[in-house]
Amino acid sequence: MSKSAEVSRPARRVSLRSLWVPFGLLAGVIVLFLAMPLLKMVFGVDLSILRDTALDPAVIGAIWLTLYAALIATAAGCIFGVPLAYLLARLEFPGKRILESLVDLPIVVPHTAAGIALLFVFGRNFLFGQLFGKVGVEFVDSTAGIVIAMLFVSVPFLIDSAKEGFRKVDVRLEKAARSLGASPRQVFFRISLPLCWQNILTGNIMMWARGISEFGAVIILTYHPMTAPVLIYERFETLGLSYAQPVAVLLILVTVVIFIGLRVLLYRREKA
Amino acid sequence: MTLTLDRVHIEVGDFAVRDIGLTVNDGEYFVLLGPTGSGKTVLLETIAGLHRVKSGTITLGGREITSTPPEGRGISIVYQDYALFPHLTVAGNVAFGLSCGGRTKSEISEAMDWVVALFGIGLLLHRKPATLSGGERQKVALARALATKPAVILLDEPLSALDPETRESLQQELRGLHAMLKTTTIHVTHSFEEAIALGDRVGVLGQGRLHQVGTPTEIFSRPNSEFVARFTMAKNIFHGVVSKRHGNMVFAGDGIAFNVVAQEEGPCCAVVRPEVVSISAQPESLEGTNYISGTVADVIDKGPVCSIILEVPARLDCLVPRASMENLRPEPGETLLACFKASAIHLLREELR
Repeated sequence: MSKSAEVSRPARRVSLRSLWVPFGLLAGVIVLFLAMPLLKMVFGVDLSILRDTALDPAVIGAIWLTLYAALIATAAGCIFGVPLAYLLARLEFPGKRILESLVDLPIVVPHTAAGIALLFVFGRNFLFGQLFGKVGVEFVDSTAGIVIAMLFVSVPFLIDSAKEGFRKVDVRLEKAARSLGASPRQVFFRISLPLCWQNILTGNIMMWARGISEFGAVIILTYHPMTAPVLIYERFETLGLSYAQPVAVLLILVTVVIFIGLRVLLYRREKA
Repeated sequence: MTLTLDRVHIEVGDFAVRDIGLTVNDGEYFVLLGPTGSGKTVLLETIAGLHRVKSGTITLGGREITSTPPEGRGISIVYQDYALFPHLTVAGNVAFGLSCGGRTKSEISEAMDWVVALFGIGLLLHRKPATLSGGERQKVALARALATKPAVILLDEPLSALDPETRESLQQELRGLHAMLKTTTIHVTHSFEEAIALGDRVGVLGQGRLHQVGTPTEIFSRPNSEFVARFTMAKNIFHGVVSKRHGNMVFAGDGIAFNVVAQEEGPCCAVVRPEVVSISAQPESLEGTNYISGTVADVIDKGPVCSIILEVPARLDCLVPRASMENLRPEPGETLLACFKASAIHLLREELR
């Protein structure tokens, strides 16, 4: 038999012995902490109120706006982020580490601060705000503002995921393709991209999800039109917990259904 | 096509390959031999155009291709693990190169038919690489590389990942294939046996330099440096001086002395290949033969042959066929005679090192 068959013997399962009781307890605490609030909120909702909320045009509008603004942000992130991810995965250049940290910065910056920072570029009195203003695009209190806020805070997830995907593609596949006569463009579209589309798709889904849930940066740029997270906050502030709950539950249900659907779809494609 | 490298200097990261001058003739099977880390793969990838040279020129069939991108060279590379595209079927892999250029559909299918018949891979066409055996993968990789009828094909350790039996049969196949197609081939390996079995000529690469280029016989019996001698398994290498004594040229050094065939005196390195040394119980005092008595330090069974290490007091490695071992039955501590002809000793002038 070949050598590799001998090496890849299944690893023996490690015995956890006395470790599993304390670790099991600690793990149980965090699982409960994560599951309890969401489950309690979702299952504690009054179904008739939920139905009324689902028919409320303001709620439907907000959820629709959220989904669709996040989708536009994700599409933009994909167009501009995937090339960057490929460059970061394939090139070595001075300052690359700094650039990578910069890309991840929106993840660690407080999102309200990110919103304020965006205003300094896209606000009415600032460079891009004025430039885009001339062609009639406003970033304050507009859908465009929601999109750039979502784009800013969520694109790192897509770039990182795509970068990981490109890194997993063996460079020698690309080299072999070049030697067979493929141009760099043909290599990218026929080898690299098809081999990591799953990572890129996962990145897109993560970015979309992150965009949908964004509150801090969005509310700084755009209070009206209201996205679902802003609407939940507004109902909580003005009408109280019991009015915020059904909107929150509805948003959670819609996103969960969409993401489970996508996962199932992805998993099927993977198995095929 | 003839491939020529002229004073090629490559730097990749902090690794460098220096001053490579090499001509691989049209239709030749050339083997680049070198240990791990000697720069074989870097040199191969440079020929394919995947690394930029720092200086020097590369010409192919009279055309300079030093700065031609890989896709414009017509040089296909086959990697050790074959680098088949995992998302494409065998058909997709083999047709890949064909579909990259501006070929018409009928040209592509004609080339496909030819290469599929050549390798007998018709039944594999709809399979994915992950489902193929090692031998099948190699066939597909070669088919993919040859489908575009490249000017030169580069093989990076194509046999290293296989078990010995498969390796031998694929070695035969590579020979047969080359005899038929006469595609200029550069084959990289760290296995001296592979180099001897396949190469029209062999180049020995070490520490980023090309040490010697020649036929396998030349490399084997007349290494030009201690590095090449060691790499070709000439275990017994002694440093010393050749001087005239009682009318004979005698080499002495490293605790051993013997007659040699030499024109000049002076410091040098003596290479005594272990297979030229035979073992006997009593001297027969033949003309031109050295007899050196030593103590058996170790006996290493290698299957078809055995290695007997004699302390003379220098360690002398002797390769003895299994048949002779039956008569000798050497035991550690026993005293035996090593004999080898003076003409079988290869001398390396010290300053060449």
